[in-house]
Amino acid sequence: MDPLSIGGVELNSRLLIGTGKFPSKQIIPKVINACETQIVTMALRRVDIGADEDNILEYIPKGCILLPNTSGARDADEAVRIARLARALGAGNWVKIEVISDNKYLLPDNQETIKATEILAKEGFKVLPYMSPDLMAAKRMVEAGAAAVMPLGAPIGTNRGIKTKELIRILIDEIEVPVIIDAGLGKPSDAAEAMEMGASAVLVNTAIATSADPVKMAQAFSLAVKAGRMGYLAKMGAKTRYAQASSPLTGFLFEGDK
Amino acid sequence: MSFYQYYLAHKDFDFNSFFSSITTTDIERILAKDKINAYDFLSLLSPQAEKHLESMAEKAQKLSLQHFGKAILLFTPMYIANHCINKCAYCGFNVGNRIKRKKLTAEEIEQEAKAIAATGLRHILFLTGESPAQSPVSYIAKAAGILKKHFHSVGIEIYPLTEQEYSQVIDAGVDSLTVYQEVYDEGIYDKVHLAGPKRNYSFRLDAPERACRAKIRSVNIGALLGLNEWCKEAFFTGLHADYLQNKYPDVAVSVSLPRIRPHAGTFQDIFPVNDKSLVQIMLALRIFLPYTGITISTRERQEYRDHLIPLGVTKMSAGVSTEVGGHSSEDKGEGQFEIADNRNVAKMKQAILAKGYQPVSKDWMSF
Ligand code: SF4
Repeated sequence: MDPLSIGGVELNSRLLIGTGKFPSKQIIPKVINACETQIVTMALRRVDIGADEDNILEYIPKGCILLPNTSGARDADEAVRIARLARALGAGNWVKIEVISDNKYLLPDNQETIKATEILAKEGFKVLPYMSPDLMAAKRMVEAGAAAVMPLGAPIGTNRGIKTKELIRILIDEIEVPVIIDAGLGKPSDAAEAMEMGASAVLVNTAIATSADPVKMAQAFSLAVKAGRMGYLAKMGAKTRYAQASSPLTGFLFEGDK
Repeated sequence: MSFYQYYLAHKDFDFNSFFSSITTTDIERILAKDKINAYDFLSLLSPQAEKHLESMAEKAQKLSLQHFGKAILLFTPMYIANHCINKCAYCGFNVGNRIKRKKLTAEEIEQEAKAIAATGLRHILFLTGESPAQSPVSYIAKAAGILKKHFHSVGIEIYPLTEQEYSQVIDAGVDSLTVYQEVYDEGIYDKVHLAGPKRNYSFRLDAPERACRAKIRSVNIGALLGLNEWCKEAFFTGLHADYLQNKYPDVAVSVSLPRIRPHAGTFQDIFPVNDKSLVQIMLALRIFLPYTGITISTRERQEYRDHLIPLGVTKMSAGVSTEVGGHSSEDKGEGQFEIADNRNVAKMKQAILAKGYQPVSKDWMSF
């Protein structure tokens, strides 16, 4: 597959996975191997530094890029503090900004997310903001220094698929940094659809973690992402949505030019 | 407007005729919905819904997986003082009971904290009885400060405070509050709270909301099941949780379903809640409030607790002692009630793993 570049780092996998909601931590390395993911996100609030047995970092293979998320942050300040702590604890300089002040639907607060993005990007973090797919908000995040944007396909954990399709399509067309569809992808075909639409990558957690066989499901997602990407590259390489007729309707206008 | 207005609006609700109007088709229709309303929720608490427990369980399990995944957070309560000036008919700590009273000193709290932290737990809930003289807010704040050094999340289950007092303990390190209304029925509330400041129904009812205003991170509410007909108490618990979540979306709201246990008190006038009914409550709550945490304590037997894991539980206590200083001291104060699941943290973790779920010791830290 063609490599994906995020913040200057080249990746061969376009599937990112989350580490919450799994039946055991022991299964996480198996899932990572099965789907060959290179970026793994985890809630810093779950990391129990010092407790070997309970520390999720122990279960993430060394080659993976850690993407600590700021889950639990209710505003930009909190997100910034969590990100700094993650870096201080040795989790690297990637961070997924999650600012959620609505415990019911877990919808992100774009405005606070933009603020946190700006502060952290200036501090040298590779910032990946989780967001509601809104074009202006995404543009501001990019201006603020986001290395990618992560719009939601549907609210976290709902497995409903890409309900925000029309809005995400606009982001894919208009945003210069990679667009990673995060949240809501419930089945491999949703991931394939995301990739066919031209998303740069997808992030999956619930659908893999809560399936009856997370390892097999991870593999299925990995294949779906590859298939979707190949489809996109093969069929929909150009970003225009209007067919280019082989004999253009306005061709006669230019006949005299020949 | 406080939750009291919502309580009043349903206080004289005719539960019996509502229940008698519910049909099997109603329940099926409700279970097919994406989002249910308060009356749908009440319908799921009806005798008619009892026949649909399996379908309710399937739906509840699906929603729990979506929102919480296969993870169960572990915590333990820590009793730091059992002095109490209230006379609650159902509690062993009540002022009329001649039990051994004890209050931990700062050193003892530290010692107890170390003993619990050594088991791997990172979330603690500390409890006192109500005694402004023995356990004033300053004592609570001090205890929180000590516990904060050993735990990532510090909760309190103490007497209701004012908003300003909640701010004070939050500043000292408390991030979550548990306060049970005990019984939502105001008449029964009056009957079982024989003496003491706890007799003030609305001051207790509004305590979670005052804490929300003081910017607490999470609140846990509930009714002590057994003091009134369970369907009514479960209904008000659900309404209360929904009210708080809608009004304070940035606070994580959870509910507990404690059933009354044998204790050193005298209260006999119990409305029994059997195992099946407790499951029905839990499933109905999960379907009504898919995003609300549900705690099951060691008041329940171990096999029963294990069976509840896949149905919607999100938090469980482990390694519990209801005695003051019960985790580290030889000289313990007497316990609040008898516990039914004596497993330590390691055993509890194994049991959760055996059910295909991940025991989580830490899912929060303050920054
Ligand atoms: S329930 Fe609480 S307030 Fe009532 S007697 Fe027991 S410790 Fe005191």
